[in-house]
Order: sequence, then structure tokens, then C-alpha cells
Amino acid sequence: MKLILRYLRPYRLFILLVMVIKLLGTGTDLLMPYVLEHLLDHVIPGAADAWPVIAWSGVMFLLTLITRILNITANRMSVRVARDSAFAIRRDLFHTALNLSGRQMDQVGLPSLISRMTSDTYNVQGFIRMIQTMGIRAPIMLLGGIAITLTMDTGLALILCITAPVMIVLVCFVSWKGIPMYNEVQRRMDLLVQRMRESITGIRVVKALGKESYERRRYGEANAGMTRQEIKASVIMSLPGPIVTLFLNVGLTLVVLIGARRVNGGQTEPGVILAFLTYFNMILMGVMGLNRIFMMMSKANASANRIGEVIDLPEELTPLAEEETAKAPGDEALIFDHVSFNYDEDPSVEAHGQFLGEERQKCLDDISFRVRKGGSLGIIGATGSGKTSIINLMMRFYDPQQGHVFVDGRDVRAYHRDELHRKFGVVFQNDVIFADTIRENVVFGRDVSDEMMERAAEDAMASGFVESREERYDHRAAIRGANFSGGQKQRLLITRALAAQPEILVLDDASSALDYRTDAKLRKAIRENHGEATTVVIAQRISSVLSMDEIIVLQEGRMIGKGSHRELMESCAEYREIYRTQMSEGQE
Amino acid sequence: MARDTVMKKPKDTRGALRRLLRYLGPWKYVIAGIVVLSLFGNLLNLWGPSLAGDAIREAAAGPGKVNFDAVSRDAGLMLLCYVGSAVLGFGISLMMTVISKRVARRMRQDVFDKLMLLPVGFFDRHQAGDVISRVSYDIDVISTSLATDIVQILSSVVTVVGSLVMMIAISLPLSALTLVTVPVSVIYTVYMRKKTQPRYAKRSRCYGTMNGFVEEMLSGQKTILAYAYENRVDERFDSINKDSADAFRDAEHYGVTLGPTMTAINNLGLSLIALLGGILFLNGQMDLGRMSSFVLYSRKFAGPINAIAEVFNELFSALAASERVFSLLDEEEESADAPEARMLTKIRGDVSVEHVNFGYEDGKTILHDLNLEAPAGKLTAIVGPTGAGKTTIINLLMRFYDPNSGVIRIDGQEIRTAVRRSVRSAYAMVLQDTWVFHGTIFENIAYGKENATMEEVVAAAKAARIHPFIMRLPQGYDTVISEDGGNISKGQKQLLTIARAMLYDAPMLILDEATSNVDTATEREIQKAMRELMKQKTCFVIAHRLSTIENADQILVLRDGDVVEQGTHRQLMERKGFYHQMYAAQFE
Repeated sequence: MKLILRYLRPYRLFILLVMVIKLLGTGTDLLMPYVLEHLLDHVIPGAADAWPVIAWSGVMFLLTLITRILNITANRMSVRVARDSAFAIRRDLFHTALNLSGRQMDQVGLPSLISRMTSDTYNVQGFIRMIQTMGIRAPIMLLGGIAITLTMDTGLALILCITAPVMIVLVCFVSWKGIPMYNEVQRRMDLLVQRMRESITGIRVVKALGKESYERRRYGEANAGMTRQEIKASVIMSLPGPIVTLFLNVGLTLVVLIGARRVNGGQTEPGVILAFLTYFNMILMGVMGLNRIFMMMSKANASANRIGEVIDLPEELTPLAEEETAKAPGDEALIFDHVSFNYDEDPSVEAHGQFLGEERQKCLDDISFRVRKGGSLGIIGATGSGKTSIINLMMRFYDPQQGHVFVDGRDVRAYHRDELHRKFGVVFQNDVIFADTIRENVVFGRDVSDEMMERAAEDAMASGFVESREERYDHRAAIRGANFSGGQKQRLLITRALAAQPEILVLDDASSALDYRTDAKLRKAIRENHGEATTVVIAQRISSVLSMDEIIVLQEGRMIGKGSHRELMESCAEYREIYRTQMSEGQE
Repeated sequence: MARDTVMKKPKDTRGALRRLLRYLGPWKYVIAGIVVLSLFGNLLNLWGPSLAGDAIREAAAGPGKVNFDAVSRDAGLMLLCYVGSAVLGFGISLMMTVISKRVARRMRQDVFDKLMLLPVGFFDRHQAGDVISRVSYDIDVISTSLATDIVQILSSVVTVVGSLVMMIAISLPLSALTLVTVPVSVIYTVYMRKKTQPRYAKRSRCYGTMNGFVEEMLSGQKTILAYAYENRVDERFDSINKDSADAFRDAEHYGVTLGPTMTAINNLGLSLIALLGGILFLNGQMDLGRMSSFVLYSRKFAGPINAIAEVFNELFSALAASERVFSLLDEEEESADAPEARMLTKIRGDVSVEHVNFGYEDGKTILHDLNLEAPAGKLTAIVGPTGAGKTTIINLLMRFYDPNSGVIRIDGQEIRTAVRRSVRSAYAMVLQDTWVFHGTIFENIAYGKENATMEEVVAAAKAARIHPFIMRLPQGYDTVISEDGGNISKGQKQLLTIARAMLYDAPMLILDEATSNVDTATEREIQKAMRELMKQKTCFVIAHRLSTIENADQILVLRDGDVVEQGTHRQLMERKGFYHQMYAAQFE
């Protein structure tokens, strides 16, 4: 609710206006029956000719038109508020989601983020739209009805009021029970979205293994779970309506009974009880309206809370003030100074999509190295030895628990994020091609001219297949780049990394799908045309890192070898072994 | 992006309504019951106030003369009425809730089941997020509408007809006025449907596009941040967000006029009744009592029509949403197996590809007249530069696609005449793109084999050299992993998928760059295990590290969709052709 109020704040005067207009519209609407009554009871019986009748019908006609105009105006204005505030909520939510730290992203989970962005914001939007207009009529009828009955016969009205505690309890019950229930519905929706998304992204594997029916079952379970929860929530939510009505009606029966006694005692008129009936209907409709509002509110509230959870996440990995950062021990382009790192900062916290548990070995353990400007570093090591984590720290997607990382003689924590990232041209291991033109995928909103793009494509060995396509750089990539082969995708990604002439070029297993010939040409092009860039290459193939100035060998997060190829051949047994297996194999 | 996510435009509203009603088919008796019950409920609701009126009339006898027995009896009946109507009301909404949620569940399942039947190419053309939006948004809209609208409409019809009969009984000329108001209401509703439904459809589409965008961008979050592209993405989201917000406003802008307009038309009717009634009275053709009760009934008549107007709005948006759901359900499926299609059993593993031509798009042939013989138990390697069509061959072998011309046979039987399921299950497959789902490591490895035991899973993991890593995890094989979780490396995922394939016992094996992200030492060990696995099996291997395929029984060298060379490693090396060049490039 806090979130909704926060986003409605800019529109508070406008909303006030909407409510005033709606109030007037409700007023003229409620006036209609009285005019009609007046017409029937007083005008028609006393009319000498048709004119007064025509005149009063004219009044009704006019009231009808005014009511319509007022109500439509109020409704449309409320639509505007809903549109604008939902737009703002989604904008901010998307912005926050896009800028979450790696840790936060792991915690919330992608499927949940997606449904918070969409179905949760729709819930809130619908609520904002309805509350502005419905929120007027119902209370007016309720309060108006109560006020009128109180003035008519306080004693009898108080009987109705004894049902108030029941209503208050029910409303509290709805809010107390409803929010967590709808929260649970949305959580199950997350699971449903997750299962569906997984089956879509893994469709080839699913079909290859013939697991269609298994996936159907898995999804079916999530579907059934969600349906059960939805029914449960709806049932709880549909309880208060009939109960409140029943209690009010019991109150009314009491009014009739006690009223009859009072009439007998001469304390009240029968007409008063009759009028009570009419106004009682008004109260009842008001209560029903309020009940609907509360139902919607608990649903919207659950959604708003979920949105708030993300929007209010503190921005992590913000730049530190210069004096808080560590002083660089040198001015090399890249320095890792006794860095140790683990993905779970607080291992006791259960997090989505992460390993849980109390003890985990460190992902990186006491890593130190330096790369001079324009120098090159190769990283090699077994699967899971922490190679990619080095990139994650270098670009500050995570902060290390111990030690410091320096880029260009400054602690990475001192940089504004974009300032740091602009130095890099990077290809991640499982990098993405977006469903957009090749040009957009390469240029990526940067200041890259066509010439730069084409040169980069040339260097990345991509120009050949790009130019063979009809629209060349305007050719559209399919979703996840499905219309390119694995090797073509990698070459596009490398083109992206090279296009802006980065200061630091990072290739994380970026050429694994390239044949050796292309890979060799690529290395040559990088050496010749991007020699001034500091280069970090992670690879499985020793030939990809062999010519680097320095190579580090990782094993289970520890650095077990560091030096040039020649040095490592002498000093590092593991490196020798890798070399031997890869290079001598052919000659066996 | 929009181009890719918009499906063929749905138009057939009547068809959509019919299909929607078909979903209610299984519940038709329950719904009929609900209608009868709601009729009862309405009667009780009418009877209650009239009993109250009776009681008051008794009380009207005046002070000291009230017949308390009669009053008490009436009050008792009132209470009974109200309890009855509360119970009925609750019961009806309960049943409708259950029905609508069950229908939604059925639809969600149908959508998913359909997805499992679609060709893999569908998922290259449609954003996962857009497909998900049909489940998370469109079906939700439908279910919300079903829960209330059907009963509302059906039970209102009863009241409307009843009131109309009463009105005609009282005064035929006055009733004739409904000949004005009812057609006007109907015409206006039809007119609004024309206005709003396309707009609701547009809103559904926009939400789908937005969902698709959010899903795509958030899955590429790291890349976006690495290139400081986030502001551009924010901008693009702004425009998509704006489209969605505008689509919401456009639809609601018209939608919210329906309610007030219906009220206005009915009030207009009242003014006309007053006018005409007044004139009739003045002419002595109508007395005041009949006039009053006529007005009473015409207001009863108007009430449900107003309610229906609100309901119609929801119904229009539900129809628009259902068109999107049905258009997905109408997508062309993978061609069904021919009725005479045979199961492939006791597969020896002779695979032959004869004169196959194939292209993903018309006019763009990727494979030209491909011929290939893979004898049972032999290892066939497919090599060539990226984009030569290697993965395409796999797509054809697995029947993800069917060739444009030419045939593929397994043991002499054309695979198009075999049951598709049995063709796919003939192969175990490891792909370049790894895929794991949210679940435990055990579940992920056991995915291909139902009822796999822990021993089998451990053996597969050992063969894939991932067992030691798993054992180091605090929860071992029960550790939960997920696709977008940050804590498992690409190489480890690849090892998991290899273990999965090893456990999946199929007579043939396809390895498409299966170890590209795995370090070479591990790769060699895996190969040892693979060799064990591949013994007696027909194998297809795509690899860039040519050293890994040297002992293949035959090597197919592919270039631009043509087989340019074919033979064993030794033969090809001796030819000093393209293969020789590629091989030499590894050691440059």
C-alpha cells in the first residue's frame, strides 16, 4: 500500500478532482429517485396541464445527461491516473531490475522478476483505476445511510451499529489473511512461469529425450498448485460478502422486531421503520462495495509488496568515496591483490538458484596478478576452477570478500559502474544475441560508426557471413540468435567486443565454437589491430593463451602457476600436462 | 522485435466465444444448477423485504395494538430468507470460482501441451515472454471474467424477463417505451464492442510484447551492464511501456463509458415513463398506484441491465484475450505421425542420408544433395568451418526438421514413416547449448531416464567427471541448481548434460560440440568413458578440436552445405586437402 501511495502522490490533487467529480456524479445519480418520487407524489397529482410534467421530466433528462458526463469524466480521469502511475511503477521496477547486482539477481530469480514486472503491475494498475471511482460511491452510501438512519431514530440505528464490530473483524480478517494468500498465489505463478520458461528454452533437449509428457506433468503440478491456491484465496475472499450481508440483515430483522415493540409503546412511527428499509438497502450496497474494494485491495497489496520488495532493494556495488577505497600498489591496467571470493556472502541465507549450505570452499583463494597496459593475460584451468569469477570481479559484478581489484591504478569500487564498464569489451561464456539487427547487436547504443563496426567484423572473422546475408548489418537475429550457428554467434559477440576499441578486451571462452583456423586468424587480427588493448583471454585450448605475456593456471580457485608459456612449461607440472595432452595428441 | 512477437491476427470473435463456451461444456449441468439456485436466491432476496413490509404493516396497527405473534413470525421468516440467500450466494460464488479456476487451469495446460507439440522453429520466432504472457495475463483475464460474468448474465436475464412481464401486465403503452431503451442499449453495446474489443486485443498484444522484452533483456542483464547499454535499454523499455500504458488507456477510455451510458439510457427511460405516464394520468388513462408500481418494476428491470453493461466490458476483454490464446492453440504442430507409422525397435544403427536438400527458409538452401552412410557401431565425425551446416544435419537426424527433398533412413526405414518419438529416442544427444532446469543435480542427471537409481546417477556423474565437484557441494546430489543461477559454471553444466546423456541409454549417440566448454584434461577423461559408452553404438560427433575425432571411423568434411571430403583421418591427411589445412591450423 505504501508503494501505491508513493506512486499516487504526484497525482494527489488530480485524484482529489476525480473524487470531487465522482462525488457530484454520485450525488446527481442518487438525486434521480427523489426527483421521480417528487414527480409522482406531488407534480402529477396536482398538475393542471402537461407542462409541469414535461418540465420535471426535462429536469430528470438533464440530470441523466449531467450524471453521465460527470461519471465518464471521472472514470476517464481515473484511467489516466492508473495509466501514468502504472507506467511509472513499471519504469522504475524495470530500471531497478536491470541494475540489480549479481547477488540480488540470484536472490530474486528471473521468472519472479518477470511476473513482478507484468502481472503484479497489472493488478496494481487495475486497483488504482477502480479505487478512485468505486472508493467514492460505496463510502457515501454507507455513511449517508448511517447518518440518515441515525437522525431518524437513534435507538433503532444503534441496533444496526452493533453489527459494526463483525464487519470490522471481517475486514481485518480479509486484509490479514488475504495479502499473504495472494502473495502465495503470485509465488506459485512465478513457479508456473519458471517451468514454462524452462521448457521453452530447453525445448530441443525436451524433444530429444522425449520428455514432453514429463514436462507436461511437471508444469501440470505447478498449474494444479497454483489453481488450488487461487481457489483457496478466492474462497476466503468470498466469505465476508455473504457474512456481512447476513449480519446486516439480522440487524434489520431486529430493527423490525424491536421497532414493532417501540411502535406498540408509542415511541416511534411505522413510517420510520419503512424508511429504514429503504436506507438500509443503501447501507447494504455501500457495505458490499466496500467489501469488493477490500478484496481488490488485498490482491493489489500483495502485488504491491512484491513490487516494493524489488524497487526498494538497496543499490549495491555503488561507487565508494575515494578515501574509502584502497590505494593501488601500481599503475598497471589490471591488478588483483590477494583476492578471495565466494558467491554466498551469508551462507545461511536461503537464496533462489544458489547453492545452499553452511560451508563452501572459496571460489577464488588469494589471487594476485598484474597486467601492464597493452599486455595480455591468459587464464587456463579445469572446469569450475574459478576462471569466470575473475571476470566477475574485474568488472565488479560482485565484490570480493578479501583483497582488492584495481583497474588503471584505481580501486574498481571507486569507479562509477558505466565508467568502469566502458573500458571493457567483453564476451561472456554464455553471452546473448538479442532479437534485433546485427548492427544493433554490435553497436549496442555506443558511439560506434559503421566503419568501426565493419572493421571489427573483419577482425572477428564475421564480415564474411554477415555480408553474405541480403540485408547485411540490418539482418535481424532471431530470438537468442537462433538463425546463426554457434560459431557465427561467437564471432558476432567478438565483433561487439572489438567494435568500440576497448581499453581492456576480455574473452571468456569466446572462441570455443570456432574452428582452429578461424581462431588463429582471430588471434592474429587482435594482435595486429588491437595491440594497444590490454587483453584477458580465458580458454580451454592452450593454443588460445599460448602467446600471452603471462598465463595463470587455476585449480579449484587457487593459482597454481603464473608466468609466460616458457616459464610455465618449466615450473608448472599441471600446465605441462595440459600442453602435452593438447599438442602432442595429434602425433600419437 | 514487435514483428517477431505478433502472431497472425485473430479475427474470429464468434469462433472464440464458441470455443470459450466449449471449455465450460464439462460444467454445463453445474452451471444450469447454479442458474436455478441463483433464481432461488433472487426470489429469497425479493421475499425478504416484502416480509419486512408485512411486519411493518402489522406494526402499523398503532400503539398497543400490535400483533406480536404475526410480527415475530414474519421476522422469523425474514431471518430464514436471509440465511438462505446468504448460503445460496456463498455457494454460488464458490462454485463459480471453482469452475472458472478449473477452466483456467485447463486452458493453461492446453497451452503448454500445445507448446510441446510445436516444432522447435516456433520458439526461434516467438519470445518466451510473449508466450508466457498468454498464460499469465490472457488466461487470467478470461478466468476473472468467467467467475462472475456468466452467472451474472444468466441470472439477470431472469429478472429482466420477469420485470418485463409485470410491466406489460400493468401498462402496455408504457411498456412500449422499453422498445426504445432496450434497442438503444443493445445498439450501444454492439457499437462499443466494435470500439473496445480491438483495443483490448491490442492491450493483450502489447502486454505480450512487453513481457517478451522484459524476459529477453533481463536474461541478458550482465551483457547489458558490461556494455553500459542499460540506459538505452531503459529508453527502449520506456517506449514499450508507453505502448502498453497507452493501450490500457485506449481500451479503458472507451470501456469506462459503457456503465454510465447504460445508466443514462435507463434513466432516460425513467424520464420518458414519467413524462408519458404523467400525460396518460392527465388523460385519465392511468391511476397513480399503477404508475408507482410500474416505475418500481422498470427500476428493477434497469438494475440488471446496468450490471450486465459492466460485465460486458469484462467479457469483451476476455474475448480479446481468448483470441490470443486460441491463435496459439491453432499454430501448426509438428506433422503428426502417419497412421501406418512404425515404431523403430531393435535398432542396429545403420543410418543413411540420401540426396538431402534442406533450408530453414524457402529459397535458402543450406544442405545441397547431402549423402552419408553411417554404418552401425561406427563413429562418424562431422567437421567444417562454422556455418557449414553441421548442426543442421543433427536437426534433420533428430527430425526437428524434415528435409525439403531426399530421405534419411535408420536400418533401411525412412524416418518419416517411423513414429517420431521412436526416432528421437534412438539417439542420446549432447548439445552445444547446455540446458539445466531448476531442480536438484540428481533430477537434472536422471532427466532422461525415469526411475533412475542413485547408483546409476552416480555412475554417470563419475563417467562425466563431475562426481567430485558434486561431492564437494554441501548437499551433494540434492543441491538445487537453476539455469540462471550464478553459481555453476558453463563447463560444469556441460558435464551435467553429458552425464545425463550417458544415463540415457540409446542405441545411437549425437555429440554436438559436447565438450567445448570443458577443459582438455577433463575432456580426455570423458572421452575414455565415452568410448566405453560408444562401443557398439552409431555415433555422430561434431567437434572443433580435431584431435578429439582422429580415431573416427569416417570423417565428413562439410563446407557451405557440401561434403567436400570424406574418409578416415589418415586418408584425409594424405589427401592434403581442406581437412589437412584445418588440422594444421590447430598447431599454428
